[in-house]
Amino acid sequence: MSHDHITATESADEYLTFALGEEEYGVEILKVQEIRGYDTVTRLPDAPDYIKGVINLRGTIVPVIDMRLKFRLAKAEYNALTVMIVLNVADRVVGMVVDSVSDVIRLASEQIRPVPEIGATIDRQFITGIGTQGERMLILLEIERLMTSAEMGLVAHANAA
Amino acid sequence: MDITRFHAAFFEESRENLDAMEAGLLAMESGSADGETINVVFRAAHSIKGGAATFGFTAISELTHQLETLLDEARSGRRQLDVDAIGALLVAGDALRGLLGAAEHGDAIDEAGLKRAHDGLAKMMGREVAASSAKVAAQEPEIAEWRIGFKPAPSMFLSGNDPLRILRELRSHGELGVTCLDTALPSFSELDPYEAYLAWDLMLPGSVPRSAIDDAFAWVEDQCELAIEAIPARSAVAPPPSAEVLDNVVAIGARNEPAAARNTTNDGDSSIRVAVNKVDALINLVGELVITQAMLRQRSTQLDPVANEMLLSGLEQLDRNTRDLQEAVMGVRMLPVEFAFSRFPRMVRDLATRLDKKVRLRTSGEATELDKGVIEKIVDPLVHLVRNSIDHGLEMPAERRAAGKDETGTISLNAQHQGGHIVIEISDDGRGLDRERILRKAAERGLPIGDNPTDAQVWDLVFHPGFSTAEQLTDLSGRGVGMDVVKKNIAALGGQVEIRSKKNIGTTVSIRLPLTLAILDGMTVAVGGEVFILPLNSVIESLQPAVGDVRTIAGEARVLRVREDYLPLLDLAAQYGLDGPVRETAAIAVVVEADGQRLALEVDELLGQQQVVVKNLESNYRRVQGISGATILGDGRVALIVDVGGFVQAQRVAQAA
Repeated sequence: MSHDHITATESADEYLTFALGEEEYGVEILKVQEIRGYDTVTRLPDAPDYIKGVINLRGTIVPVIDMRLKFRLAKAEYNALTVMIVLNVADRVVGMVVDSVSDVIRLASEQIRPVPEIGATIDRQFITGIGTQGERMLILLEIERLMTSAEMGLVAHANAA
Repeated sequence: MDITRFHAAFFEESRENLDAMEAGLLAMESGSADGETINVVFRAAHSIKGGAATFGFTAISELTHQLETLLDEARSGRRQLDVDAIGALLVAGDALRGLLGAAEHGDAIDEAGLKRAHDGLAKMMGREVAASSAKVAAQEPEIAEWRIGFKPAPSMFLSGNDPLRILRELRSHGELGVTCLDTALPSFSELDPYEAYLAWDLMLPGSVPRSAIDDAFAWVEDQCELAIEAIPARSAVAPPPSAEVLDNVVAIGARNEPAAARNTTNDGDSSIRVAVNKVDALINLVGELVITQAMLRQRSTQLDPVANEMLLSGLEQLDRNTRDLQEAVMGVRMLPVEFAFSRFPRMVRDLATRLDKKVRLRTSGEATELDKGVIEKIVDPLVHLVRNSIDHGLEMPAERRAAGKDETGTISLNAQHQGGHIVIEISDDGRGLDRERILRKAAERGLPIGDNPTDAQVWDLVFHPGFSTAEQLTDLSGRGVGMDVVKKNIAALGGQVEIRSKKNIGTTVSIRLPLTLAILDGMTVAVGGEVFILPLNSVIESLQPAVGDVRTIAGEARVLRVREDYLPLLDLAAQYGLDGPVRETAAIAVVVEADGQRLALEVDELLGQQQVVVKNLESNYRRVQGISGATILGDGRVALIVDVGGFVQAQRVAQAA
């Protein structure tokens, strides 16, 4: 990456990109704490299917969400390559299971397009925009709002968005 | 230099000094003070004044100056502090506390309170010194010393009692003067080593409560000749030291103020102030270490003990070290119960004055240590119970006299260890609970009571929601929270509460608490392919029910017959919505109890017992019905802790519906 390139995209934000099925998503890198393999979880009573359970992350009890189940993707298999992104949102630690992690990219504000009107399982308010980089299309998630939302069921709904 | 950064330290130290001052004043009022107390109180006031003047808090330094003048007169013997003067000093202390708060947070000053404090002190200053000392002379003589004659019966050793232990216990309460009387000692040839020949004359300072002496001899009362005699002092306040000595004291005191003031409250222990979150971080790290160590131990069981001898002995060493470290670190969070008890002398005094009752407060076991978190949460229930005892338990002085009791009622607060638990007891020697009235009240409210209920069952009714707000039971304490809240708060700490009461003898409320919130004794059980922890203190028994023992009511609600009782039977896997592997053998029922209610929980397998470090589930996830927390097992996996109280409550709600 050339020096010019960096100065040209001074207002750019960095995103961690990951794949869910055929789709590519991005989350703000500052929200990401670490990336881990998938461990066996302890199931939680009274939880929706996409909340897999809790794991022990060096002494902290961390809930794990399978984004593939949340977004109703057909294939949600667990294998040695299954990746969990540990996020730090709203003073909470949450694990998010995805198919794979691709890379970290910078997107300048002009590379981000507004979200079109779509009928989808995911509410538009949880998407910041669509990132474009050449042929790639990244769905940029408003991860903090998503994770603390009532529909996610991670927090008592007093904090609901 | 910016001195504002020292403000926080000033506020904190001033509050400590105010506490010391208050404790000293109350001790002087109740007569348990020694000659040093007035100096401690004076030094505390003096340091607050000095600090306030340095930082320019004029309102504080002015009021403290007045306070100090009054104290100085008392210290130099020119004035005796009577009840009124101590009252004025306490009011001034409260005003100072308010001023400190105002200076710290920039709040408005409570002008009325401040004026009251100033006026009170001014009135004391203006009063004739002679008049006040005359008043003191008229007061009850103070106990200066206890003289105890103790002569064990020859057979005392045979009952397993040891006079030495008693002497040691007495010595722990204060300076013990011992004179051994060996007149009964036979010549050596006739000496039977199994017989007790020695007797003692013992002297203890008057500040030791009579109850402590009685306790020491409680086991041997009927096996010895015992004479406990109180020797009265000539004056309530120790005679003033001469002027020359006094000047010295001031000079030294002024130079060493903070250290001296703190030493008197901390018994000379040196200590540092640490933020709680640092300690918690440390506890967390040690918790991690414990888990890692458990993991290593588990893995090492598969190793060949001969080939890996060195490694295994090293692991054993690590095991011991880890355990010691964990204990030591947990100890850091432990505080003496005194922390909670120290607020009561003042509260009792104020309440007694307000209700025109005469109350004596006795505390014991203040040094018993308890987790900071537990102490903080137990204070409110204790305040409620003490208030209850004074307001409702103790009779008016006239009534007590008529009943042939000492017109001053006694409230005792006692804390002690009891097998991994702490028991705190609040006792009064008041009228006791009225069995008939409670039963009548319960019948009015339609509460279920069996025929011929035991006393314990009757007293338990008081814990029913809304019960204590009934006007006959309490007026002052009945407002706001009731005993049900007290019980709930204690249960939330994993504790239990129990009432013992006898008519006209008094009432004792006994609270049993775990030593710490962070560690729990648990029973590990398998449910639907997961491991759960059942808090051991709620487990009564576990059994394997025969087919005929499980019945249904109305086709769905299942009950389990345990001897002659039928208990609700809940399948934990179904409660948690877990569909694990199908059971190979019959299920096991664990009988648990919470809130005095029993319940049988169906589990797949009992795995064992272990101490677990309790972790909060809610810091990263929401609250889950039926789960009170989580822990990490030896293999690094998370196990959820069953909320027994929650199930019992849910069962009650279902019943009510």
